[in-house]
Amino acid sequence: MDFTLDGEQTALRDAVRSLLKEYDAERRRTTVAQAPGFDEEMWGRFAEMGLLGLPFAEDDGGMGAGPVELAVVTEEIGRVLAPEPYVQAVVLAGGLVAAAGTPEQRKEVLGALSAGELVLAAALLEPDGRYDLAAGGVTASDGRLDGVKDPVPGGARADLLVVSARTEAGLGLFLVEQGDGVEVTDRATFDGTRAARVSFTGAAATPLGDLAVDATPVLERVAALARIAHAHEALGAMETALALTTSYLTSRKQFGVTLNRFQALTFRAADMYTSVELTRSIVTWATMVAADPTSSHERVLEAASRATLQVSRAGRHVGQEAIQLHGGIGMTAEYAVGHFTARLTALDHLLGDARFHNARLAQQLGDHDVVEPL
Amino acid sequence: MQLALTEEETAFREEMRTFFTTEVPQEIRDTVASGRHVGKDGIVTTQRILNQAGLAVPNWPVEWGGRDWTPMQRHIWHEEMQLACVPLPLAFNANMIGPVIANFGSQEHKERFLPPTANLDIWWCQGFSEPEAGSDLASLKTRAVRDGDDWVIDGQKAWTTLGQHADWIFVLARTDPDAPKKQAGISMLLVPMDTEGVTLRPVQLIDGGYEVNEVWFENVRVPGDALVGEENQGWTMAKFLLGNERVGVAPVGMVKRHLAELKRIAQDTGALEDPLLGAQVVDLENELLALELTALRVVAHSSDGKPHPASSVLKLKGTELQQAVSELFLDVVGPLALASDASEDASDASEVPVWAQTAAPNYLNLRKASIYGGSNEIQRQIIAGTILGL
Repeated sequence: MDFTLDGEQTALRDAVRSLLKEYDAERRRTTVAQAPGFDEEMWGRFAEMGLLGLPFAEDDGGMGAGPVELAVVTEEIGRVLAPEPYVQAVVLAGGLVAAAGTPEQRKEVLGALSAGELVLAAALLEPDGRYDLAAGGVTASDGRLDGVKDPVPGGARADLLVVSARTEAGLGLFLVEQGDGVEVTDRATFDGTRAARVSFTGAAATPLGDLAVDATPVLERVAALARIAHAHEALGAMETALALTTSYLTSRKQFGVTLNRFQALTFRAADMYTSVELTRSIVTWATMVAADPTSSHERVLEAASRATLQVSRAGRHVGQEAIQLHGGIGMTAEYAVGHFTARLTALDHLLGDARFHNARLAQQLGDHDVVEPL
Repeated sequence: MQLALTEEETAFREEMRTFFTTEVPQEIRDTVASGRHVGKDGIVTTQRILNQAGLAVPNWPVEWGGRDWTPMQRHIWHEEMQLACVPLPLAFNANMIGPVIANFGSQEHKERFLPPTANLDIWWCQGFSEPEAGSDLASLKTRAVRDGDDWVIDGQKAWTTLGQHADWIFVLARTDPDAPKKQAGISMLLVPMDTEGVTLRPVQLIDGGYEVNEVWFENVRVPGDALVGEENQGWTMAKFLLGNERVGVAPVGMVKRHLAELKRIAQDTGALEDPLLGAQVVDLENELLALELTALRVVAHSSDGKPHPASSVLKLKGTELQQAVSELFLDVVGPLALASDASEDASDASEVPVWAQTAAPNYLNLRKASIYGGSNEIQRQIIAGTILGL
């Protein structure tokens, strides 16, 4: 068992941390205030650093790295709430192309994504579908899509959408460019990011890979990897929320003393720490499960659900307490901590919250005596 | 990052599993599995079997029976014992006074005490807490005064666990009442329980059982060599000992086993068809997984015997989950918990299954878990102070 990063992974972390250190609260605020809601120049630097091609095969223009490297990057993104749609564009949308696309599609799309020339978004959720990644409201027939996807994170800026739709064979994945038959309504979301409503009316769609093969397993697997990446993003956000809180407790004075003199407050901070540490353990484990080539398909899905369940509970705990321990200042938009809580709240509701993943895991409750981490 | 155990670790786990499930009597393990107390005989028998095989005190120095294992090997040993329902080596011997004597004791003390301590030929108990010194242990009042070559001890100890079985007690006593800091005037002394002036009174707990005792010292005279290490160094030894106590403090294996039993019963009785119960079990399984992984992180990254700063998390969360599982277990049992005879002379002849009889006493008994070993409030204090800098 080894939970540590190796030399190259540590160097990657340091490089990403250094790149993102300019994302202070002010910079983020001005960046997210206008479309596309992230910094295109920063996106270009992600490309230069190889981050946008990180998980893809070198033959497809990527870096050939794995879940551990993705974890390193997404945790740093979470730490500063960088608004770039990294997980959605690279891990989820890019991951679907990598897993389901033909060799030509992989080369073309992933090469351009890695180079920063093409921004992707995954259009999976539907207005009435809750966390179902292909609820059936969008259908495909004769190379045309009809129906509505909403919310589509980063959907307005995306050059290319990866869309899930019901086909005669079951579930299919499609590449759709913006244009005729694609109507996009961009929205600024409560966490400072952007999500679009995308309506398809006879929109031209290119099947991703072989339509005769049901895409459900691929979609589940890639969604699991995206959940794990988002879990690391949330972990980074929780760590910063805790750090902001402890820093505030040691500097803010009331009744003539700093707040850390009040045990009612420091004990609550200790409980936040406990939540964060437990989260780090299980999220890191999920990444190791995903990175292990001997892990079964079901095991990776289970690991993602377990990590997300913990992240959902801990994210609420840490996010809520961070504001409470700050007091009124934590409620203000000009102070940083509340934005971490908002982002944690958004991450909680992107790809399934505690209730959703608990219910999934409950279906397998009888399959094992005890849960074994190995 | 590496998820799997090494080949050597896997082989080691297999070796431990085989030993625990074949060499420790089934009867003893069944008793543990059913949630009953094994009693003094079961604990002694088991520890002697373990000691014979070199598995009772692996964390001691090698020359006194230790094994020089990696932290991961120790973790595997500890977990496999719990999963196999093997009574753990007596903590007072194996984790407390043994390592203290091995570290601070004279050569004579080591030779005299360590072999019988490892083999449980001597049953030790702990004379630390007092009625007025609980979490604030350093304010203890029991005193030891030099009289010629001897020490004379007066005072009262509290919460002396399993003291009713003990042959000897290790005592923290104030030897310098004028020391500038209260921690600086304390020494550690070794006292036979049958010394004149030592009186023990068992204290019944809310589960009906007898685990803890009060111990009085009235003019108790022991020879000069009752002192461990140097005079007034007792606090250093106490901290060393309590540090050991917190290692392996999260009883992950035991709680996992308990939760699996809960699930089995809930399946058999149909209770698991209640989705609310299923959801609670899922949550507990997940939290236990997070705890176990945290324990593995601590194990994998603790160096030179110093516990990882996150080990307070293990005590805090481990005992919370232990209590939560016992609580849910009792929920599953429901009214059957009342269908058993709690009186002291009750026979085992009840028609009600053992798991139903033991559920409520176990739930009540485990309220202690968040109090002992440094209460969970003390752990929060440690986290806030030493980790978060608050």
